[in-house]
Amino acid sequence: MIGGLFIYNHKGEVLISRVYRDDIGRNAVDAFRVNVIHARQQVRSPVTNIARTSFFHVKRSNIWLAAVTKQNVNAAMVFEFLYKMCDVMTAYFGKISEENIKNNFVLIYELLDEILDFGYPQNSETGALKTFITQQGIKGQTKEEQSQITSQVTGQIGWRREGIKYRRNELFLDVLESVNLLMSPQGQVLSAHVSGRVVMKSYLSGMPECKFGMNDKIVIDKQGKGGASDDPGKSGKQSIAIDDCTFHQCVRLSKFDSERSISFIPPDGEYELMRYRTTKDIILPFRVIPLVREVGRTKLEVKVVIKSNFKPSLLAQKIEVRIPTPLNTSGVQVICMKGKAKYKASENAIVWKIKRMAGMKESQISAEIELLPTNDKKKWARPPISMNFEVPFAPSGLKVRYLKVFESKLNYSDHDVIKWVRYIGRSGIYETRC
Amino acid sequence: MTDSKYFTTTKKGEIFELKAELNSDKKEKKKEAVKKVIASMTVGKDVSALFPDVVNCMQTDNLELKKLVYLYLMNYAKSQPDMAIMAVNTFVKDCEDPNPLIRALAVRTMGCIRVDKITEYLCEPLRKCLKDEDPYVRKTAAVCVAKLHDINAQLVEDQGFLDTLKDLISDSNPMVVANAVAALSEIAESHPNSNLLDLNPQTINKLLTALNECTEWGQIFILDCLANYTPRDDRESQSICERVTPRLSHANSAVVLSAVKVLMKFMEMLPKDLDYYGTLLKKLAPPLVTLLSAEPELQYVALRNINLIVQRRPEILKHEMKVFFVKYNDPIYVKLEKLDIMIRLASQANIAQVLAELKEYATEVDVDFVRKAVRAIGRCAIKVEQSAERCVSTLLDLIQTKVNYVVQEAIVVIKDIFRKYPNKYESVIGTLCENLDSLDEPEARAAMIWIVGEYAERIDNADELLESFLEGFHDESTQVQLQLLTAIVKLFLKKPTETQELVQQVLSLATQDSDNPDLRDRGYIYWRLLSTDPVAAKEVVLAEKPLISEETDLIEPTLLEELICHIGTLASVYHKPPSAFVEGSRGVQHKRLAGSAGSGESVESPDAGSAAGASEAPPAVIPSQGDLLGDLLNLDLTPPTTAGPPPPPSSGMQMGAMDLLGGGLDSLLGGDLGGSPAMGAGFAAPPAAMPASFSAPVSSGLDDLFDLGGGVGMPMGAYSPPKTVWLPAMKAKGLEISGTFARRAGVIQMEMTLTNKAMSVMTDFAIQFNRNSFGLAPAGPLQVLSPLSPNQSIEVTLPLNTVGPVMKMDPLNNLQVAVKNNIDVFYFSCQYPISMLFVEDGKMERQVFLATWKDIPNDNESQFQIKDCHLSSDASSSKLQGSNIFTIAKRTVEGQDMLYQSMKLTNGIWLLAELRVQTGNPNYTVCLKCRAPEVSQCVFQSYEAVLKN
Repeated sequence: MIGGLFIYNHKGEVLISRVYRDDIGRNAVDAFRVNVIHARQQVRSPVTNIARTSFFHVKRSNIWLAAVTKQNVNAAMVFEFLYKMCDVMTAYFGKISEENIKNNFVLIYELLDEILDFGYPQNSETGALKTFITQQGIKGQTKEEQSQITSQVTGQIGWRREGIKYRRNELFLDVLESVNLLMSPQGQVLSAHVSGRVVMKSYLSGMPECKFGMNDKIVIDKQGKGGASDDPGKSGKQSIAIDDCTFHQCVRLSKFDSERSISFIPPDGEYELMRYRTTKDIILPFRVIPLVREVGRTKLEVKVVIKSNFKPSLLAQKIEVRIPTPLNTSGVQVICMKGKAKYKASENAIVWKIKRMAGMKESQISAEIELLPTNDKKKWARPPISMNFEVPFAPSGLKVRYLKVFESKLNYSDHDVIKWVRYIGRSGIYETRC
Repeated sequence: MTDSKYFTTTKKGEIFELKAELNSDKKEKKKEAVKKVIASMTVGKDVSALFPDVVNCMQTDNLELKKLVYLYLMNYAKSQPDMAIMAVNTFVKDCEDPNPLIRALAVRTMGCIRVDKITEYLCEPLRKCLKDEDPYVRKTAAVCVAKLHDINAQLVEDQGFLDTLKDLISDSNPMVVANAVAALSEIAESHPNSNLLDLNPQTINKLLTALNECTEWGQIFILDCLANYTPRDDRESQSICERVTPRLSHANSAVVLSAVKVLMKFMEMLPKDLDYYGTLLKKLAPPLVTLLSAEPELQYVALRNINLIVQRRPEILKHEMKVFFVKYNDPIYVKLEKLDIMIRLASQANIAQVLAELKEYATEVDVDFVRKAVRAIGRCAIKVEQSAERCVSTLLDLIQTKVNYVVQEAIVVIKDIFRKYPNKYESVIGTLCENLDSLDEPEARAAMIWIVGEYAERIDNADELLESFLEGFHDESTQVQLQLLTAIVKLFLKKPTETQELVQQVLSLATQDSDNPDLRDRGYIYWRLLSTDPVAAKEVVLAEKPLISEETDLIEPTLLEELICHIGTLASVYHKPPSAFVEGSRGVQHKRLAGSAGSGESVESPDAGSAAGASEAPPAVIPSQGDLLGDLLNLDLTPPTTAGPPPPPSSGMQMGAMDLLGGGLDSLLGGDLGGSPAMGAGFAAPPAAMPASFSAPVSSGLDDLFDLGGGVGMPMGAYSPPKTVWLPAMKAKGLEISGTFARRAGVIQMEMTLTNKAMSVMTDFAIQFNRNSFGLAPAGPLQVLSPLSPNQSIEVTLPLNTVGPVMKMDPLNNLQVAVKNNIDVFYFSCQYPISMLFVEDGKMERQVFLATWKDIPNDNESQFQIKDCHLSSDASSSKLQGSNIFTIAKRTVEGQDMLYQSMKLTNGIWLLAELRVQTGNPNYTVCLKCRAPEVSQCVFQSYEAVLKN
């Protein structure tokens, strides 16, 4: 298990050092500084073995976190723990910086004592931790409060405390997708996938039982077979095939595995309910049509057309097209119908920005690129044209069908909860070769 | 108010000031002072002088202050054990506190204080806490048992904590269960044979229930524990798999990987024709792909594991090639791993895409990555025959870029392509020759020279080309020199008329002007071959070469099986068994996959070093030295053509093995320590580019060169124990060594069976001993003349002498051995029967015997019993004589035969013995007298072994 945990600043000075196991000595602290932080070359592996001691390290801004061990630990767990540690610290005092860590070192030691025991990670849900690690002392607690804390920390629902009350029961669902594309110059899709996240902000009283439903093909097909669906033709068309998904630990996985239903008691506040990936029937919000013509040895003519491919009533935002130019470019003249375009010599690219664009529209840019004559035999590799944008729908076609809330003990029902759903599609790596 | 100010106190007299503040009446001031102390402690200042003052602050109802004091205590208690006792009372009191958080805090902290006296006081509170009504206290107490076990294992057993811990597996609270499982698993690791984690269907069921309810970390503990279970049959296996699969959707990658481990392991037991088997395979792919969208560090762990999974079950991810395409912004460690997996997944179906990608990568910035990409193109050519042509043309394109390291890398891989597809792509040789001048790396130069030599008949100016290299012959690395020698000999055999001068030049350079034994020896071999029988020389040097295998860099199957059992852990990241990097007993156990192990009955490997009888010389492997060195050496031994220069000993590492290295490392590596007894590393070493079968036909004619014959005499009936496995294949990348010792015709011999259980040919064997009690050392090189092909065994006899360096070992007859082959250097230790060292002239004169017997003080006498021996005294006597234990006199008193015996060790130590044999009583008594009584125990063991065999 984890033998020790150190936090360093960018100079390699120790800010926090907590040793859990006898086999880790003080010299381990220095070994890491000398061999990793002060090493000349960039990090070649996130796990470094120095004198039979293994160091797992991650870096957040210019702060290093290193977990140390001499045993055959579960490596995935150590990294997951380090990320979790970062999350917890961020939840307590904001950005992870040298100043914040020094200002909160007592708190950090207290947290480290709680979430790691003899190197074994314990409950690390911020919701639970905040009930009893407060930096204010817990002197005034009654016996009931104390046992409530301990039962929450060790309980099945470690991520939520009892007795939460809101005057207004409200929840926000964000479906955030990033769509990735690699397209050939002829407009053939080489690879495309959507990686999506469902982020939920819940402000609900008590211990609400939630059930989340979406147009998952497997679920819809199942219902279709049972004859329960009133309009099989329509729902069949709108369902989507999900390649894989993972859930927050509040979701009952065995239930998902057997019935494919997503049921859970949500943490309070913001958290990520699920992540998913789809590769079929993706709506590609934009199509990029490149045309590059070499005019002699010193001139290139580039014409790029972008077409928006979604409902005319919707608006795409923050559109940016990046057209790479050869290294020996000496000058560029650009004409575009819409937005602004600029040649950025330092980035070797023409950057074309459009604030807004409605669906089913088309826009064009043409550029003349002057080249310096070179005797470099190597041909220009023609990097792909990349694109950035944001659209108000889910390119995967995912739809939230329902999110039901049940709280039997308190007097509010599903209808009383105010629910907000928002879809945002963003470009991931969205590239067209030219 | 901020706490960062505590980090900046650097003024003098600080300790004194702190002392005053700690003893202040004001609570706030006290707390401030403790904070300052902790801050100083963190940055490495010694504040142990404040121990009594800090401990005085412990009695407080301020929890924050209490925690700080505890933190201090954990750090310094060990250095101030007497004062730490002052804290015990508070701990004991806190363990009774009505607040469960304080009870847990006390028991958690107490376990971290490694002071014996405190440990004693811990037992009672711990016992109470293990049965506490509050689950938070119980889960903390469960971990505390593991802490206590780490300090004093005996105490934990005596106090019955292990049973209490086992009971906690049935606890109603899932987190208590998870922590109890974690603690038990850890304790069980240090007791490999105890049945501590008594996994049976009932407990498994409890664990699976808790799995659904506990925290993400708890799920990992439980899954890791489940992976050690062996289901009784395929039905149980399937039902566990069914209950574990939902975990594949967990957001925590570690939960997913641990679940994958359980599934990969239990899948082995499922019949392949079962529908469920196919379903399970399909279910594994998506979560593995999803892991690649995690943070880069986790991606790296995932990729290292996927690398293993793909080798074990390529079908799982065969359609997922695209997800391993490298992204521009991936960290370099992710890129390199992805590239590895792409090559493994490359097949005829996807080769076009893969090649297009690889070509892109070859234009990237990072040199290592580019090199690997170029190498990958070559591997694709060798793996997928249909793509070879395209690969070659891609490589030629890359050579045209004239980027120096790309060109060199390309030439190295083209050499391999020539080996795989002879007489197909030779048209490119012209292009390669154009780049001759730009090659500055030994590997590339050697590859180019090999190509020129191999195709000398097609290259018009081959002699000129090779001659140009010859000019700076002595500045070249050994690898290039050897290759040049061979290439010129090849050239001579192909075009004898024009190149006579050249070949004489190179032979004289190699034999007369070189002090490298490898080079010299090879030079002599060629010389002699050419001068005695040119036809044979042609047959040998120009023999047809075996094809090179398609898959390269595969992990050896036994190791792969073990690593699959360690999915998710460090072992799977390093691709090394835990024993290679974990000290002590932990992790030395080997894990194997159940179904494929053949017998299927034993999951825990039997060769875990469990002690056999002491006289049996158990195969104790020395991981702490061996693997550390192995790692170091690995770096330089990778090109199998020759051994590189000895790596500089890394100063950063604590080298326990310095002794072993003393003078021997250089010679093991084929360096130039001419006189070393272990020399000969290079004798049987055909260069990799030469026909692998080369040395076999030559060997018969070489006896005069090596003149070591083996010196086998007639066995005299001396006792020789049966062969035992000294070095299991698992420890040595597929090389298994079993062996024994014998004394034949006065020569001590080490008789070994070398078995190649790996997939590649092994060559270049050499052996070296560490210093030992009797100065045993090899009397000649290890004679393994032909390369050892996979699944082949070879019997080797190594004559030993006793003139080597001496160092007392424990046990006395322990021998640490290093064996080297073309893959690595391996270390093991074995015990030899001391009777090997009894010399033939060990018979003492009667008078001398009597005088000596009296002269040796009685303190030096030791007595042993040999039970269950049914020989008569005469039979015993003659049997012992076979092993050079001589009977000098016999006396019979009241039906009891007393045999007076003597023996002499190689180092001149005399041993006198009295063996008492009573007719009808199977128990013999041996009395030993010796001036060096430490040998008695070993001698006694030999007596027993000889008499009973």
